[in-house]
Amino acid sequence: MDSAQWLPVVFLGLMGLAMLAYVVLDGYDLGVGIMLESATDEDKDTMVSSIGPFWDANETWLVLGIGVLLVAFPMAHGAILTALYLPVAVMLFGLILRGVAFDFRAKVNAHRKPLWNRLFCVGSILASFAQGLMLGLYITGLQYTAATLSFGVLTGLCLCAGYVLLGSTWILMKAEGRLQQQAVGWARRSLWVTALGIVAISAATPMVSERIFDKWFSLPNFFLLLPIPIATAVLFFAIDRALRRLPTRLAQGNEYGVWVPFACAVGIFLLAFYGLAYSLFPYLVVNRIDIWQAASSPESLMIILIGAAFVLPAIIGYTVFAYRVFWGKAQELTYY
Amino acid sequence: MLDLDPILLARAQFAANITFHILFPTITISLGWVLLFFKLRYNATQHPKWIEAYKFWVKVFALSFALGVVSGVTMSFQFGTNWPGFMETVGNIAGPLLAYEVLTAFFMEATFLAIMLFGMNRVSNRVHTMATLLVAVGTTLSAFWILVLNSWMQTPAGFEMIDGKAHAVDWLAIIFNPSFPYRLVHMLLASGLTVAFLIAGVSAYRWLRGDRTESVGAAMKTGVYMGAVLIPLQILAGDLHGLNTLKHQPAKVAAMEGVWETARGVPVLLFAIPDEKNRTNHAEVGIPKLASLILTHELDGEIKGLNEFVGKHPPVAPVFWAFRIMVGVGVLMLLVSWIGAWQIKRHHAPAPWLARVLIAMSFSGWVATVAGWYVTEIGRQPYLVYGVMKTAEAASRVPAGMIATTFFMYLAVYVALTVAYVSVVFYLARRAGETAPQVTPPSIKPLSQGAANG
Ligand code: HDD
Ligand code: HEM
Ligand code: HEM
Repeated sequence: MDSAQWLPVVFLGLMGLAMLAYVVLDGYDLGVGIMLESATDEDKDTMVSSIGPFWDANETWLVLGIGVLLVAFPMAHGAILTALYLPVAVMLFGLILRGVAFDFRAKVNAHRKPLWNRLFCVGSILASFAQGLMLGLYITGLQYTAATLSFGVLTGLCLCAGYVLLGSTWILMKAEGRLQQQAVGWARRSLWVTALGIVAISAATPMVSERIFDKWFSLPNFFLLLPIPIATAVLFFAIDRALRRLPTRLAQGNEYGVWVPFACAVGIFLLAFYGLAYSLFPYLVVNRIDIWQAASSPESLMIILIGAAFVLPAIIGYTVFAYRVFWGKAQELTYY
Repeated sequence: MLDLDPILLARAQFAANITFHILFPTITISLGWVLLFFKLRYNATQHPKWIEAYKFWVKVFALSFALGVVSGVTMSFQFGTNWPGFMETVGNIAGPLLAYEVLTAFFMEATFLAIMLFGMNRVSNRVHTMATLLVAVGTTLSAFWILVLNSWMQTPAGFEMIDGKAHAVDWLAIIFNPSFPYRLVHMLLASGLTVAFLIAGVSAYRWLRGDRTESVGAAMKTGVYMGAVLIPLQILAGDLHGLNTLKHQPAKVAAMEGVWETARGVPVLLFAIPDEKNRTNHAEVGIPKLASLILTHELDGEIKGLNEFVGKHPPVAPVFWAFRIMVGVGVLMLLVSWIGAWQIKRHHAPAPWLARVLIAMSFSGWVATVAGWYVTEIGRQPYLVYGVMKTAEAASRVPAGMIATTFFMYLAVYVALTVAYVSVVFYLARRAGETAPQVTPPSIKPLSQGAANG
């Protein structure tokens, strides 16, 4: 087969994978950041320790995702990022605040610490909201109308909730005692807002374009795809059930199944991502730029692919290693 | 505000961001190696002063790293937002280079940083030392790749233009393009000097405040000696770099030297006020024939003047001044580090006046590095990729008002963070001094927790 045909598909897959890894991984640490101000001072330290060893590598997946967009589909990169100029700026502003606050809060004079805690939280909220806003604007074709903007605001709020869901279920696994109980509450409140977001996006995408509508609602596609929404719904109810049972179980010191809500939440993100990818393929900008129009030259893509084939397994390998090193309950960061 | 030139704004914004960004890589690239040095000394001698030095400087490393990461993430978006034309034209070359940076360097740095920072009690000493090594390798690799790209933009090679787009022909020629070896060496040395003076300055600060722990002495010695060894190498590398630039970008060198008319026996200008409108200098103070000697290694060598490149040379004054700032700092570094090394060798400590000078020069490396980059980057104008593509062709179509708004937002954040960074470094130094046991002999000093475990 012609490499100009299949290479862009491979790179789309690579980009999708990086973006998915980013959303799930940085999602949980942004979620922890969003909830930071709701915890007691002592618990704040535990929350930060639970993400301390991971946030930097997590954010690197964003660099990879954007990097692949940049290097494999330069035209689309320019078009998408110039259209999303302001939300991108807000997101970067949030990520800057979050990233530096993380370090400053541990090093400054004690009386400045609350300020950096607040900035950590504000940065996480800004970054999450801006990402959701971008998602909404992106799905609706990168236009700025009252309708697309309000949809973007909705997706922004829902993505915040989604991240809180990931973050609080992460805390469930990483914390103990009071904080753990508090996290159950956060997770329950964010659960249904997340569901609202997924329903809204699922309803909106087919309306944006007839092509996407047909992809989902023509026969037999409809029946073949039905398992996706059903599985999503099942996961939501599974989380709900687990969260109802956990408080009493945790009070008895029984940790059985603390990982279930997080695993199911990750499952929900996977399915939602898959659904979205199915809708949009093969377009990078809905109905305007497809992956073949936007791709770099095959020779350049090939060079990257060869490198990636060697390096990605190594990256995954040492990422797993790092998670194993920091496995288990978060301990106070014996900072150095 | 809306009638501002979007290209100018996009340039100013990019310049502000990369200037802020480079402050922190400059520190992390070689501080990683210094940390490895402290760790290896500790492994070899088991002397607690080394692990204390490690523990202090690893905090500075973590902070610098965080600032480097967040500003770097900003940079990777700005290629698309500010310079869409850049990737559309040379994306086939720039893309793989950036991709290799992300794949080979960024993940490795980020992952092993976690183990280096928080893993001391969770992994064996061997693995922890390995993690320190891999972080240092990672930052250096990242410098390697990004400098390949930047050097290629200065001296493009190994490609052909097809339908207005660059296509790679020979990757080895692209990577080892003519100016790359010089730029890599010069930048790595710049990073080493920045760290040397930072360590010397902060240690001198602790020392002057009465914190005479052995780890402060060890760090100060490391910093001053490192500076004393690296600065002559840097001056040599800078000289060779200049010769290379003369070959490939004579207009830049003419601007650096402030030479308008092609001439023989050109003087080195110590001071002058370049006047681009009248194409001449005012108030020249110079040393006769020295520029010819330095650049051609002949007293009567010919240097091409700016008038040979009318319309194709960079703005003269910023390049001229930035170059003098860089070289000036370099000369100062030579004086201070050699006197310092001599005093430490003789008296095991610097004189108080020298300690104050060292404190004042804590961040001198930043000044020289940023000035150097301004020479390089402004000196490349009006081209973005030298001789291939002009800066204006790459600019974004984003409305000026939007760029202006975000520009001021970024600027405010960057200034605030730089101030916060510098003050936290000195705050950490004071705090370390307060908690450190004052002048206790090492034998009875309890091993700190990290040392016991790590
Ligand atoms: C000579 C060195 C150098 C130069 C010129 C640049 N960088 Fe850089 N960059 C580094 C050296 C470095 C580093 C030492 O590798 C950093 C600093 C701290 C760190 O985490 O890695 C880094 C971090 C860093 C990160 C975060 C990586 C992470 O998540 O770990 C990104 C995305 C970029 N950079 C991108 C850029 C771009 C797009 C640049 C050019 C326009 C650029 N850098 C110039
Ligand atoms: C690391 C230190 C660097 C510094 C301090 C720096 C500084 C600057 C400055 C001051 C400008 C504006 C020049 C002008 O507009 O007159 C500029 C422009 C630019 N630089 Fe750099 N730069 C650095 C590294 C890089 C690297 C590594 C790349 C690319 C790989 C790069 C790519 C660009 C681009 C695309 C422009 C925009 C065009 C322009 O305004 O000239 N720079 N840089
Ligand atoms: C004192 C003697 C020095 C000389 C003769 C010298 C020479 C040069 C020259 C000619 C360039 C421009 C290269 C080009 O754009 O083509 C340059 C750039 C640069 N200089 Fe220096 N330099 C000196 C000292 C320093 C010092 C002390 C530092 C930092 C600590 C430094 C950091 C830089 C950096 C970061 C750049 C930009 C990157 C590059 O192009 O390599 N230089 N230098």
